[in-house]
Amino acid sequence: MAASSDEEEDLVSYGRALPALHEGERLKKPVPLQEQTVKDAKGRYQRFHGAFTGGFSAGYFNTVGTKEGWTPSSFISSRQKRAEKNVLGPEDFMDEEDLSEFGIAPKDITTTEDFASKSKDRIKEKARQLAGIVAAIPGTTAFDDLIGPSKITIGVELLRKMGWKEGQGIGPRIKRKPRRQKPDPQVKVYGCALPPGLSEGSEDEEDEYQPENVTFAPKDVMPVDLTPKENVHGLGYKGLDPTQALCGVPGREHLNLFPGSCEKTDDLLGDLRHTKGRKLGITGQAFGVGALEEEDDDIYATETLSKYDTVLKDEEPGDGLYGWTAPKQYKSKKKFETEVKYIGKILDGFSLASKASTPNKTYPPPDLPRNYRPVHYFRPVIAAGSENCHLRKALEESTGKLENDTTQQSRHTLNASQRGERLGETALKGPAPSVLEYLSEKDRERLKEVRKASEQQMKAKMLPQQSQSSRFQPAAASDAPHKWQMFWGGQLANAGSSDFKPFAKNPEKQKRYESFVQSLKQGQKVEAVDNLDPGMTEWERGREQEEFFRAAMFYKSSSSALSSRFTRAKYEDDVDKVEVPRDQENDIDDKETAVKMKMFGKLTRDKFEWHPEKLLCKRFNVPDPYPDSSIVGLPKVKRDKYSVFNFLTLTEPTTSVTQATNERIQQNNTLDKPKKPSRWDVSDKEKEKKDSISEFISLARSKADAQQQPPAPMTEECRTEANETLPSEVASEDKDQEEESRPSMDLFKAIFVSSSDEKSSSSEEESDEEPQPTVPVINSETTKQADLPDSSSSNVQEIVATTADPGLPLLPVSKKELDVAEEFGPRLPPAFYSGRSCRLPVHNFCIRKEKHKKNREKHRTKRDHKHKKEKKKKQKKHKTKGKHKNKKSEKDSSSDTEDSSDSSSDIDTTGLSPKELLRR
Amino acid sequence: DGNYCVTGGSDKTLKLWNPRKGTLLRSYLGHGYEVLDAAGSFDNSQLCSGSADKTVALWDVATGQVVRKFRGHAGVSDAGTPAGWQPRPGVTRCHLSSQKVNSVQFNEEATVIVSGSIDSSVRCWDCRSRRPDAIQVLDEAKDGVSSVKVSDHEILAGSVDGRVRRYDLRAGELHSDYVGSPVTCVCFTKDGQCVLVASLAAPLRLLDKDTGEMLGEYSGHRSSACRLDCVLSERDVHVGCASEDGAVYFWDLVE
Repeated sequence: MAASSDEEEDLVSYGRALPALHEGERLKKPVPLQEQTVKDAKGRYQRFHGAFTGGFSAGYFNTVGTKEGWTPSSFISSRQKRAEKNVLGPEDFMDEEDLSEFGIAPKDITTTEDFASKSKDRIKEKARQLAGIVAAIPGTTAFDDLIGPSKITIGVELLRKMGWKEGQGIGPRIKRKPRRQKPDPQVKVYGCALPPGLSEGSEDEEDEYQPENVTFAPKDVMPVDLTPKENVHGLGYKGLDPTQALCGVPGREHLNLFPGSCEKTDDLLGDLRHTKGRKLGITGQAFGVGALEEEDDDIYATETLSKYDTVLKDEEPGDGLYGWTAPKQYKSKKKFETEVKYIGKILDGFSLASKASTPNKTYPPPDLPRNYRPVHYFRPVIAAGSENCHLRKALEESTGKLENDTTQQSRHTLNASQRGERLGETALKGPAPSVLEYLSEKDRERLKEVRKASEQQMKAKMLPQQSQSSRFQPAAASDAPHKWQMFWGGQLANAGSSDFKPFAKNPEKQKRYESFVQSLKQGQKVEAVDNLDPGMTEWERGREQEEFFRAAMFYKSSSSALSSRFTRAKYEDDVDKVEVPRDQENDIDDKETAVKMKMFGKLTRDKFEWHPEKLLCKRFNVPDPYPDSSIVGLPKVKRDKYSVFNFLTLTEPTTSVTQATNERIQQNNTLDKPKKPSRWDVSDKEKEKKDSISEFISLARSKADAQQQPPAPMTEECRTEANETLPSEVASEDKDQEEESRPSMDLFKAIFVSSSDEKSSSSEEESDEEPQPTVPVINSETTKQADLPDSSSSNVQEIVATTADPGLPLLPVSKKELDVAEEFGPRLPPAFYSGRSCRLPVHNFCIRKEKHKKNREKHRTKRDHKHKKEKKKKQKKHKTKGKHKNKKSEKDSSSDTEDSSDSSSDIDTTGLSPKELLRR
Repeated sequence: DGNYCVTGGSDKTLKLWNPRKGTLLRSYLGHGYEVLDAAGSFDNSQLCSGSADKTVALWDVATGQVVRKFRGHAGVSDAGTPAGWQPRPGVTRCHLSSQKVNSVQFNEEATVIVSGSIDSSVRCWDCRSRRPDAIQVLDEAKDGVSSVKVSDHEILAGSVDGRVRRYDLRAGELHSDYVGSPVTCVCFTKDGQCVLVASLAAPLRLLDKDTGEMLGEYSGHRSSACRLDCVLSERDVHVGCASEDGAVYFWDLVE
């Protein structure tokens, strides 16, 4: 750099001169590259901002907690200081630099780009000036300018480069049509105010200034889309319509801060642009379509917008007083127009649609062939729906009856007819026989059936057949009522329908029902009733008629007395066995009375064995009362579900009432069981007799059920059998049941010799079979059953098998059963499961009996694992109940576990008293 | 022992008072819902409280911290009540909007907390071990357990199903007495021979513990909907019970 002094003036020097070296000073060595380090503003090494380091500098190089890193906050348990829990944000991990002005999260307030004063484009500036002058209130635009952000989007910039001016519409330039000018010559028009700075007075010159060849840019318009959505596209999606592309003006949204005034300025600007464009003489095609060009009218094809268009035209001359949002009176006027069209009442909460929705396309249902069956019935599951009916009933009971007070219902809970009522429409004559309705009614009538006395048995027997037939052939449903009529016409006459409203929930149906009863009384044809509802299908009509008929038939006003006899099922029905507390608290009925009589003491006291937890005893410093028992709490016994002993309490002379009530509950339990669908079919027929006849009927019925049922719930059937009996007669009853379920041995031989090939090798069960005297049992059984009512036995006969010869009504049940078993027994195919699925339950039934036999037959494989399970339970039971064990000393602990009633009956036959039986 | 009184309130706190001066000694925070019942241990070192947040909490009196929290009651009452831990009658414990309020009690040595809940179970919690679940669940009640009392070897539980169940640990027996209406409060007499039972819409009854016979009946108060406590005086001379008319009734025991 050093230059000779003479050349100094000629040379041009660049840069700064290095400081002159002092004498004796060595030249500095350059810092080698590896030693060059970077420090930040505060002298910290190698700490960069996010742009360099790819992240926050906090914690870099494990500096957390050191002098250079950030210090972690000390842990504070939230238990003591719960309220001080603070949420850490990213700022907590940033350096101070990050928060400074150039950091990534500056804290200081700086003007952003939007508001920073920058060099505005000149055109806009000018326009603004213009507008400020032209505007009605001269300061408004300046105000807008102050507030509105002035950022220009890239789209606007692009457009501008292509020749677009702000305030100008996008699209091909058009000639200003004289048509537009003509209709409103008197309106103020700023559009052609030519020289910038002209005041309002110049509008008169407009016409003169218009040469022929001048085109105008389309007017800048912010299209407002008011079309109702009719398509299935997403909100705002319009598809790629080239004619609509670039419809909106980009960048306009920024100006919407003050919609009215901004629009005003827009208009002004637009008009100014017109003048400019004309001045510059730019012609030709801009891209896109002007939003308000004539050929684009189809964009606004909807009714409202076309109306709006006319409005636009009115203000098109562009006096700035009308913004887009200004002409409120137009809109309201339009609304009134539509409202006038509708004369009816308007529901509160609703408003009239501005546009009628297009009615949905309705397709008429195809014509059904005359003998069309809507439901396919399989034979075994005739009453598949009855399960639902119980469900339904339970639901009804729990939720209470449906309340019908429409006054308190909100509009959301109104149904269609009620709405119609409010709207003043004429009610539709529609069919409304819902399935639930049907089912619940069926249920009700079934209950009525139970009440029917035995004098109706014969007739009632015919009824289910008819109903079945009508189910299978719905076409025949119409003639079934005639039969009913013949049967029941006389009896129905006294069944008044005045106070009995089975279909009160559905008034139309109730009406139909009443007329039905009327016509039945008068002996008319039942078909006349059906005229009431033309909308019903024939099948529905048939069903309903059937329903009506039964409802009428079983109506008795004393339904309340009936309902009081039923209670909810106590245990879940799906499980075979339930855990039953061995000792149950007695029913409270008698206690209630005792309390009323203030006879506390023995009557109100129950005493149970209770096993406290060992640890509890320890903690209480109390010796364990049952040191060697493993149970805790009340001793529980795994019991077969419907064993009589589940429901037995210790018989005391004082609590016989309890037993009776208990018994009632049991019976009801079995009646109300919603579990078995197929069961109801049979019980349907029989329930009407249930009242008059004693538990023998139920016995027989359950037996019949057991025969008719699929194999799975078989064991439960046995329980129900046992369950149906009165505890007061438990001992004898038990005997009866056991005897009933135990036909003679040759029968079993006949069965099991034939089917022994596929029986499993349940050898342990084999060995456990105990000898039982069966023959005397049957004898006693016959003597017992001799006094059975004829009807019931015949009924049983009928149910047991349709093929059974009905000529043995007086036969004792045991013998009859023998017959049945024989009937079924020899028919057994060697392959047990194949083919005869309908017979299977019967086989099971027989097999169950087989277990009481002396000869050791093998069990089938299917039952095998079940038995094992039961056996386990049984073992447990044996463990817990010592008495049980020693009484059945001859029985192994793993003996067949059919249930306690079985075993008890065994002992029973060996001479134990019923009392002892009950004790167990 | 009459020196302290503990109340639980619907402000989710447990408060320890000096009943003599009426000063607040300490309040214990930590329950999520109303505190429905509270009891103190024999040595005044611990408190237990049952809350509507389905928990039973064991508190250390001095530090004010929750020592243990026992969860397991499926549902506890919806209505809050302050319940007093006051050995002497005379303080109306609570006026409740619902009778379904659970109840907690220590056993004699404060090793077990017995709690009765609206989930119709009585649970015995171990204070000694860290077991999270109950030692034993007495779920014989058919309805919510409204009151629980513990003697040296018995657990007395009154339930809304109208029964008073007495679990005798020593004999291994459960005695269930039916009184007809929902039991609101049960308590032992001091001699442990009788059981005082308060139930809704019924007079107080004094039942013999062994036979279940009614020894006395005390009526005159009003209890139709609320769970109200009843107590016996220290020497079994008087029977006290709160009434819905805002008064506390006293009867002579043998009257």
